[in-house]
Amino acid sequence: MKSDFLKGTADGIPIALGYLSVSFGFGIMAAGAGLSVFEAFMISLTNLTSAGQAQGVSIIASGGTLFEMAVVQFIINIRYALMAISLSQKLDESFTLPKRLLGAYGITDEIFAVCSASKGSLKPKYMYGVILVSTVGWVLGTFLGAAAGEILPSSVTAALGIVLYGMFIAIIIPPSRKEKSVLFVVLTAAALSCICKYFIPTISGGFAVILCALISSLMGAIFFPKKYDKEDENK
Amino acid sequence: MSIWIYIAVMAAVTYLIRVIPFTLFRKKIKSQLLQSFLYYVPYAVLSAMTIPAIFYSTGNMTTALTGTAVALVLAYFDLPLIVVALAASASAFLCGLLLV
Repeated sequence: MKSDFLKGTADGIPIALGYLSVSFGFGIMAAGAGLSVFEAFMISLTNLTSAGQAQGVSIIASGGTLFEMAVVQFIINIRYALMAISLSQKLDESFTLPKRLLGAYGITDEIFAVCSASKGSLKPKYMYGVILVSTVGWVLGTFLGAAAGEILPSSVTAALGIVLYGMFIAIIIPPSRKEKSVLFVVLTAAALSCICKYFIPTISGGFAVILCALISSLMGAIFFPKKYDKEDENK
Repeated sequence: MSIWIYIAVMAAVTYLIRVIPFTLFRKKIKSQLLQSFLYYVPYAVLSAMTIPAIFYSTGNMTTALTGTAVALVLAYFDLPLIVVALAASASAFLCGLLLV
């Protein structure tokens, strides 16, 4: 059981590194909007989400209403609901209610990705390990960015921008090699995402991702339905 | 208005979005269509998030394409996540040094 936690922490390291660079930028932004280091730190600790936090800070800075804050957070972060449903299907039996309440805190794009890709059912301790390391990276980066601003040379922060995407590629390529159905879904999603980006720029990034994912997953499910027992074997 | 009230609203909405479906879905979904759909969701989400955003992730298309190519090759050979992620970043960094 101990090794589940350690395995989770190891798999969380690339997330933490990516988060460090992204949240560093968030910290700089929050400080620029007039928030204290402690406030920026607490936003990152309680929210653990990139786009939602950035938008939240701009609402605070512009003196928006609490209603506006709630609606914007809901729209930007609703994709987590889809991820939570998807993850709920591979939870281990030991994932009791209190553990679900705890684990839900850490459902982000990246943690979801790593937990989905983990072999077998998802164990609480594995998920905690991933969340712990990732969260440390996220709040540490926020703290450094808000407190110290531009200490890293820009060549380093620029190169760190690709870390999370590199990890995503490492997650989607191996199953795409093994199953042509996954390859189909991956290519369809990428194509739709490009169409949104270059031809329908009015769609916000977060919403475009949901739309592309829904359409391509549905197409995958229609054209390549997974056999019941076969899926259990794979997992 | 206190900044802390804003932060509390942000945190509450974001947590509820995560925790309600995570605790509510206790049974395995039986529908084959829905099950297949949920199986593909992670790959679709990641693919849509990565392409084309990765090409702009370093602020320079050349270094980003270098990093992407390295990541694709290493991922094809099934290397661990951290190796692929760091190699992508390192190659983008080195490419950036060469460009200057």
